Amino acid sequence: MIRTPLRPLAHVLPARARQEDPDSVMRHNLRQRHDQMEIAARQMAESRLLVLIVFIVAAFAAVAVRMANLAHSDGQEPTQQIAAAAIAQSRADITDRHGRILATNFETHSLYAQPPDMVDPAAAARGLVQVFPDLDEARLLRDFTGKRKFIWIKRRISPEQMQAVHDIGDPGLRFGPREMRLYPNGSVASHVLGGASFGKEGVNAAEVLGVAGVEKHFDAFLRDPAQNGRPLQLSLDLTVQAATEEVLAGGMAVMNAEGASAVVMDIHTGEVVAIASLPDFDPNDRPRPALGDDPSISPLFNRAVQGVYELGSVFKIFTAAQAMDLGLAAPETEIDTTGPLRWGRFKINDFRHYGNRMSVTKIIEKSSNIGTARLAQQIGAVRQKNFLESLGLFDPTPLELTEAGGSDPLIQKNWSELTTMTVSYGHGISVSPMHLAAGYAAIANGGRMIRPTLLKQSGPQEGVRVLSERAAAEARMMLRRVVSEGTASMVNVKGYSVAGKTGTADKPRARGGYYEDKVLSSFAGLFPAHDPAYAIVVTLDEPEIMGLGELRRTAGWTAVPVTGELIRRIAPLLGVRPLIEPDERIAITQASN
Amino acid sequence: MTEMVYGAVPRQSGDAILPKWWRTVDLLSIACVLGLFAIGLLLALAASVPLAERNGFGDYHYVQRQMVFGVTAIIVMLIVSMLSLTLIRRLAVLGCGIGILALLLLPVLGTDFGKGATRWYSLGFASVQPSEFLKPCFVVTAAWLLAASQQINGPPGRLWSFVLCMLIAALLIIQPDFGQACLVIAAWAIMYFIGGAPMLLLVIMAGLVVLGGTLAYTHSEHFARRIDGYLSTEIDPTTQIGYATNAIREGGLFGVGIGGGQVKFWLPDAHTDFIIAVAAEEYGLVLVVAIILLFATVVIRSLSRLMKERDAFHRIAGTGLACMFGLQAFINMGVAVRLLPAKGMTLPFVSYGGSSLIAGGIALGVLFAMTRRRPQGRYHDFMTGTARA
Repeated sequence: MIRTPLRPLAHVLPARARQEDPDSVMRHNLRQRHDQMEIAARQMAESRLLVLIVFIVAAFAAVAVRMANLAHSDGQEPTQQIAAAAIAQSRADITDRHGRILATNFETHSLYAQPPDMVDPAAAARGLVQVFPDLDEARLLRDFTGKRKFIWIKRRISPEQMQAVHDIGDPGLRFGPREMRLYPNGSVASHVLGGASFGKEGVNAAEVLGVAGVEKHFDAFLRDPAQNGRPLQLSLDLTVQAATEEVLAGGMAVMNAEGASAVVMDIHTGEVVAIASLPDFDPNDRPRPALGDDPSISPLFNRAVQGVYELGSVFKIFTAAQAMDLGLAAPETEIDTTGPLRWGRFKINDFRHYGNRMSVTKIIEKSSNIGTARLAQQIGAVRQKNFLESLGLFDPTPLELTEAGGSDPLIQKNWSELTTMTVSYGHGISVSPMHLAAGYAAIANGGRMIRPTLLKQSGPQEGVRVLSERAAAEARMMLRRVVSEGTASMVNVKGYSVAGKTGTADKPRARGGYYEDKVLSSFAGLFPAHDPAYAIVVTLDEPEIMGLGELRRTAGWTAVPVTGELIRRIAPLLGVRPLIEPDERIAITQASN
Repeated sequence: MTEMVYGAVPRQSGDAILPKWWRTVDLLSIACVLGLFAIGLLLALAASVPLAERNGFGDYHYVQRQMVFGVTAIIVMLIVSMLSLTLIRRLAVLGCGIGILALLLLPVLGTDFGKGATRWYSLGFASVQPSEFLKPCFVVTAAWLLAASQQINGPPGRLWSFVLCMLIAALLIIQPDFGQACLVIAAWAIMYFIGGAPMLLLVIMAGLVVLGGTLAYTHSEHFARRIDGYLSTEIDPTTQIGYATNAIREGGLFGVGIGGGQVKFWLPDAHTDFIIAVAAEEYGLVLVVAIILLFATVVIRSLSRLMKERDAFHRIAGTGLACMFGLQAFINMGVAVRLLPAKGMTLPFVSYGGSSLIAGGIALGVLFAMTRRRPQGRYHDFMTGTARA
């Protein structure tokens, strides 16, 4: 038997010499080592177990103490945590100039589902489809039984719908408060207000963001919690606005027009009291912009601000006023109006021929293109350009609407003498009705250019003088003559002397040139003429009416009667005192006292 | 001659089994466990009735089941505590293998009962959670390995037991069952600590636990949500913790009275994970402290008995089982009072449960087998001067 030496031979040999078995010695030694190790391990374990016991006692004591603390503390009313407090609520209201609500908030609820809490998904889906027929039952059931833990069902529901969903009685169907934007007047002032939609959405709140109009322009203000709910007060007068839209809609129907717009503006403060564009929409349910179509015929398009048009003869008064301001002419100055006026290949004609010489007043009254062009020739390109620019006709209107920023007037780059002549009677320059109203306001208020605004002002604006007091007054006299004697006789509202100018512009074709049978008819004016307070611009797009056995398109037959009706309606609302012309048959005898 | 032909007459060596068991087993701890079970039945009378109504059973359906399973569990516990330690060890190692196999097969054969984690085998009349049975088996196996590594020329038991622990923890995490995984790792760590872990390693281990927790937090939504719920200072009263906290507040010192509690109607897990809230609400702080004392008594008595234990295997296995038992109770109650982040863990022997009760009975039976008084070579200690009083 060969033994593997497990230890030094020097130990084995002496052991053998002592008659001892080296294996038993080895085993004995090993046992001893084991015993020692065991003792050491046990001693270590003893101390470690002690540590462990201390820890365990401490842990249980902590639980007991904590439990005692809790048991001793006062109960709290279970209050739901507002998880989405970060979303600023309560958008400020928008009111008209008298504080009447134009836009406010309305507490509704959103409906969502938490499938894990659902008792009977099938019944819930069936019930929901009965309440909301537009939902798909199969799809709801799939969502409710699937893995999703949270499903939006409806963003906004009415109280009746909410009750109906309550009646389904499934705890998995939940409601979250939703503040929605409400426009109680429906489509009134829709283009000004624009509309709002939801931005960031949480269960308990959703951000309301303005998408157009003042809602977008003043979005930051409206959402600013620091405003403390102070409403945004507009310059609009709700009743005037409503009347304007009503009259305009009626006029549009009678005149078979494609569209219409109107602006009523306070000539001292620059406040826009009413601004309307038809067709319009309901901001509570703002339609999506139709893609592909011409945006300028969409209901969303604000014709009064976004639409830039060649407005035609309404521009003539600017030419006349400037000529008088510069001293080139007086109202009685006779101008050669022999037609046609030739300029290169171009020919300027009048609608009717009124004679070879006409006074400036007569030129405006009869709306002579030739006479105006002659005046413009005298003024010259540079001065005309500067004047029109000072009237703000070269820049987007400063009105507080997001749409206003994009309303760049279309101006000829190369301002030739021919341009000077055509612009003098309103062709070759495209501006918005709002631009025009601001220009007329300058004439009406005695020659100061004021900035139109949609915000309520506290007092008159100190505008930049663009015309002398006298030239403005003479221009007003001419405008009054247009109404009393000339093309705009149908606007002669009894009691409210109106002054103004008509304009009938051929509509430009998309591919160049002008339509023969499509016009943009407009009336721009001011009232009352003896003490102007408001500037007014009305435009009708492609109006046609049968008058005296003829199909009429000219402004005198279309825009003018609509304006007349409009002024008849809104002047009393605006508090303009009618001028009582004493009836000759009634003799007033002053009694002596 | 007769003996040579017919074999030796079976002769008892030493005492009969039962008297010896009665003399050596930790009777006080057993009494404590019986007390816990009695309290559990009392609470089940309150907590499981709404559940029974919800599931369309008779009012005391779950109480009856608790009774049946509980009595079975206690009988199992007593029987196991009488077994010889060698047999226990062998069965445990076997059980550990079967348990791991069962865990591996869970994704294929298990059910999740709509709770988002596949942890159960459905047997029709009851569901079995294999991890519950695996826990005591693992502790015994790991203790055996750790003890073996203390032998001269022994196997690298520490490494093996560590690998085993990590394997089981990984299997539990994929269920996912972070609570049980934590418990397994914690039990192993404690056993390793008692089995002579170097101090430096303990520090490194602590670091690893922190790292693992961070990873779990960043990579598991399930885990992160619970931690977040724990860290947020405001309690949302509509969460389970919120209801539990409210229930404890309502209960005060002596409770709102038997059957007067409300929390059982609100918490789906009132009969299991939040049984302590039911206890606190209906019977007040008094019963809660009693429960804590019973748990603490079992754990501390077991540990103090193990301090005198000579055999490393017995000591380590006993410590692991006792600590696991105590830790599970601590975690369950700690969650209810928001000392710990929310984790689904039952209160051993008090919570309602079928197979988990029996598994608990097995674990305690092994523990009581480990803590039985044995000859500890006191004479030898005395002679060599290493004895302690």
